[in-house]
Amino acid sequence: MSEISPTNPGIKGKFLYRLRMEKRIKEPPPWFSSLISFAAIIISLILGAIVIALVGGDPFRSYAHIARASFGNIGVLSDTIVKATPIILTALACSVAFRMRLWNIGAEGQFIMGAFGATAVVMIPLLPADTSPWIFIPTMMVAGMITGGLWGFIPGYLKAKLQVNEIITTLMLNYIAIAWINFFIFAVWSEGGFPMTMKFPITAWLPRLLDYADQLPILRGLTTHLGLFIGIGAAVVVWFIIYRSRWGYEIRLIGDNQRAAEYAGINIARNTILVMILSGALAGLGGVSEVSGVVHRLQTSPVAAGYGFTGIIVAWLAKLNPFAIILVSILFGALLLAGREIQPSGITRMIQGIILVSLIASDFLMRYRIQLYRISEEA
Amino acid sequence: MTTSYLDSERQNTDLVVEMRGIVKQFPGVIANDHVDFDMQRGEIHALLGENGAGKSTLVNILTGLYRQDVGLIRVNGKEVKFSSPGDAINVGIGMVHQHFMLVPSQTVTENILIGLDQPRFRMNLQQYEHEVSELGQRFGLNVDPRAKIWQLSVGEQQRVEILKVLYRGAQILILDEPTAVLAPQEINVLFDTLHSMVRDGKSVVFISHKLHEVMEISDRITILRKGKVTAAGLHTKDVTQQELAKLMVGRDVEFAVEKQVQQPGEIVLEVENVHAENDKRLPALQGISFVVRSGEILGLAGVAGNGQRELAQVLSGLRKCQVGVVKLNGKIISNTPVKNAINKGVAYIPEDRTHVGSAPNLSVTDNVIMKNYRRPPIAKGWIINDDAATDFAKGLKDSYEISVPTVETPVRLLSGGNLQRVILAREFSGEPVLIVAVQPTRGLDVGAIEGVHRLLLAQREAGSAILLISEELEELFALSDRITVIYEGQFMGEMEEGDIDTIGLMMTGTPLDQIKSQGMDSNV
Amino acid sequence: MDIIIILQAGVASGTVLLFATIGEIFAERSGVLNLGVEGMMLIGAMSGFSVAIATGNPWLGVLVAMLAAGIFSQIHAFISITLQADQVVSGLALTFLGVGISLVLGEGLSKAGAVSLLPVYSIPVLGMIPIIGPIFFTNQSVLVYVGYLLIPFAWYYIYRTRPGLHLRAVGEYPAAADALGVNVYRLRYFYVFIGGVLAGLGGATISLAISPGWFSELTTAGQGWIAIGLVIFAQWDPIRAALGGYAFGALRRLVLDIQGPVTLLGFANPFYFNPYWGFFLQMMPYAFTIIVLIIGSREAMRKRIGAPAALGTPYVRGERGL
Repeated sequence: MSEISPTNPGIKGKFLYRLRMEKRIKEPPPWFSSLISFAAIIISLILGAIVIALVGGDPFRSYAHIARASFGNIGVLSDTIVKATPIILTALACSVAFRMRLWNIGAEGQFIMGAFGATAVVMIPLLPADTSPWIFIPTMMVAGMITGGLWGFIPGYLKAKLQVNEIITTLMLNYIAIAWINFFIFAVWSEGGFPMTMKFPITAWLPRLLDYADQLPILRGLTTHLGLFIGIGAAVVVWFIIYRSRWGYEIRLIGDNQRAAEYAGINIARNTILVMILSGALAGLGGVSEVSGVVHRLQTSPVAAGYGFTGIIVAWLAKLNPFAIILVSILFGALLLAGREIQPSGITRMIQGIILVSLIASDFLMRYRIQLYRISEEA
Repeated sequence: MTTSYLDSERQNTDLVVEMRGIVKQFPGVIANDHVDFDMQRGEIHALLGENGAGKSTLVNILTGLYRQDVGLIRVNGKEVKFSSPGDAINVGIGMVHQHFMLVPSQTVTENILIGLDQPRFRMNLQQYEHEVSELGQRFGLNVDPRAKIWQLSVGEQQRVEILKVLYRGAQILILDEPTAVLAPQEINVLFDTLHSMVRDGKSVVFISHKLHEVMEISDRITILRKGKVTAAGLHTKDVTQQELAKLMVGRDVEFAVEKQVQQPGEIVLEVENVHAENDKRLPALQGISFVVRSGEILGLAGVAGNGQRELAQVLSGLRKCQVGVVKLNGKIISNTPVKNAINKGVAYIPEDRTHVGSAPNLSVTDNVIMKNYRRPPIAKGWIINDDAATDFAKGLKDSYEISVPTVETPVRLLSGGNLQRVILAREFSGEPVLIVAVQPTRGLDVGAIEGVHRLLLAQREAGSAILLISEELEELFALSDRITVIYEGQFMGEMEEGDIDTIGLMMTGTPLDQIKSQGMDSNV
Repeated sequence: MDIIIILQAGVASGTVLLFATIGEIFAERSGVLNLGVEGMMLIGAMSGFSVAIATGNPWLGVLVAMLAAGIFSQIHAFISITLQADQVVSGLALTFLGVGISLVLGEGLSKAGAVSLLPVYSIPVLGMIPIIGPIFFTNQSVLVYVGYLLIPFAWYYIYRTRPGLHLRAVGEYPAAADALGVNVYRLRYFYVFIGGVLAGLGGATISLAISPGWFSELTTAGQGWIAIGLVIFAQWDPIRAALGGYAFGALRRLVLDIQGPVTLLGFANPFYFNPYWGFFLQMMPYAFTIIVLIIGSREAMRKRIGAPAALGTPYVRGERGL
């Protein structure tokens, strides 16, 4: 028997271990994916803690503060859910587009335009202030979905017909949307010279839990509003479309292999436009929910607050699964809520960035196995 | 494990390459299992084996692209350890890849200069263009050094590949399936070049799975089967083609499948004067006309890139034609949406299984309903009936013997043969009127090829009209009722009983009429 | 409102886009799409400004800005090249992270006060040329002149040198380059780094020369994204990138300056009398980016030229394809 010694090219000397990466040939078990996402969040929090410490903050107090300020009692939990509501809708918006590998980075602008559409119903006014909420609210929702959907249609059309890169167009439309609503709140609908509209009539407010405090005292002070249920309803609808409908099958097929979809006779251009409209409408619905559920007027800073960008991260973290999006949105709602009081103020943005970076990096483990080898010393 | 070394031979002859006990493992497969390989100066050494036998892995190790897990390599008697392709080039080993490694947007000279050290920064291209054309003349490899790669024919591109290797002063040339893309007459030119290189003292590794070529060109032969050497360094003159075949596949080859004699029926497909462009908007089809009847197989031969792909795409609705019409049972299907062709019963087995024919991350179920998800019972109005889809997939899994744990498995985890079965199952399950099959057996092992052939013949017996597009002439001879040849987007003629010489002439651009009028002894 | 002054300021402001666009051209030519330009520019602007404030030396600020953004870009390089993750998502993540980090580290920087700026020069002879002289060669920051030198250098480097040949090969057909001994991974890391360095330089050009100071995210206000759009318009060519960059710079200045005068071309200036119309002017650079993209895409479709063939695809040795 002749023993053949392994060759160890490259690494010599004091490195006794070598990492080897192997492509997985079997699917990792289902829990593995959740484990990795969870680990990515933990690692991000550790990295965030290091940065907070570096800039002179106390990471433990910051995190304890986040936990207390977002889940400490039913009141703040309700506030967390209020923060999570717009994220659920923008993340759903991103998830349908990403599913087809359409990089809609414009949920922010579509959200703003949705808020604009809802505001237009009040301010033009399309409906008198004493209209029943049963008519008012659905009208605002439809209007916001139309304006948001239009903001999705533009890049969708350009992509489908002229092959214009949707990443840039959706992003540019974000900036245009902000300038657009600024024009209206400064020049057209300004309330006494302030850059905001008047407060909406109460009939245009989404009902909140605290509205029912008379019947159920425990609801006193809870600001969770109908938007949450709109978000959950939208998640169910999106799930049904993606996994149960013919349209969803087409979206999944295009997303996985566009050439195979063409070969199966699927109209890519039409689906590109439709999916971008759906995506824009969902984000627009988020804008409706925010202006009529929380802000109760159109004003730039609370509306253009980055929910569209957070939605991108949440959609990715939830692996585009509509129900996971709800859970992850609540986590991010907590981060945003508590983050308002943390100094320096960019911390929450930075932690979001770190989470996304570690998440993408960790996806590698889904595709590869990493093994540590000991290299025999005599080699 | 004992590895026998031919010690006597090592002393007697001038070994330029010795590979000893090479092991290379990929996840799930042992591609090379203790492989030995020798190479003498000035010989053409054929490396023979089926697809997946481990030939490519072995030469990729020899060219530094992969690193062996176990085993050693000596070049000119000295042990070498390659950590990158650059190292192999430095000791004089050059590889001509089967899939050309040429940058299409760059010129011939630029491609040849990639990876060299000199000049360090500024490049005076004119000077190098001159050198390249001189080198080409020396070995009979003429090509314009200033042409961009995408402007060149396949044969010319191969010459650039060889020039690239020669320019680096390679003494050992490895050619991976060099004849796969060439017409018979171009193959002769290549063989002349190889002989002139051997006369120059260079050594050539010739990789192939075509026995008659190996018999013609090589001095010695090493055969691989399933990652192991079944014959090492046989002298070509001492063996017969039958013996080689046996060593290569491990049993006597029965390539001929039983083909029932049957009368073709009505005309199903009618193609009239079709003109179409390729992706670069150059003319790809220039006046193609033919018919296919039900219950017959029309074989289409031709060197790759002469319009076969475009023809298949026109028939399936994926490509528009500028002139002409395609009729299926009398109804026009050209320039209509793909969906229309699918609904009228056109099945299309694309050449590229992974990039066109399947969605890798979706399940077997999602992949088999690709063509019928619009119709009941899979469709129930706007929604997809999950149970019906799963039942359908399970049925196909059993009847087409797709070996996969569940129908929920993503198809990217399937082997080539199994994936092809998924595609055939999907295409044949709709009882197609017309089947367009492009290279349906490429990359499959012998067993899988036989299975595909049987399935195609079964569809013929069931009355489908079949257009079989293939580069494997033996496959075409075995299956087709009629054979026609395409060259630069035109048909060269049609025959019922093909002979390889005539087909070869047609593949290089001589129309059948001309061959007949000049007689068989003409040289073109 | 003097058109010459607007164009002069436009060239200065276009220099920002020029650096970022040429940087991204290098990265994309090597096959790596980096959507993190906005984040890298902010890192550059923030670090350059804070170093200049702390040391009083703007040159040191520029150097640190370039290095910081270059190092920062390597996060994207690692994720997309070594870990083979989707380049779109990884680049987006880089922008999110860059915005976050620069907000955290730039906290309080906006009140840091004035900083000594990079020198401004006029070129003796060239400055005398009518029209061209005052626009390009009079009272321009030293970085603007660096921009002039970068354009021909980048062009020459890409098309006429060995490293340029390898750069193009790696982005068009990495397997071919690899088979000839070119280290695909190393080159891609390197050019992503170069892209970061130039984006950082662009950021520092804002905070230390063109509109000095730190205004958090508004420092760049989406110019990183415009630069990515310009790369497509430029069809990966530095000279076209320069044209696009300067044109956009001029447009930005025009938008700012057009509201000033009472009359415009002899008519009452509508933007002066309706100041809120300025919001529509603010949309212009973004709307024009979309228009320019449409033009670029149409041209690319017509001429059948496109992005480097391997753009966006991670290279894995031994896997077939690009």
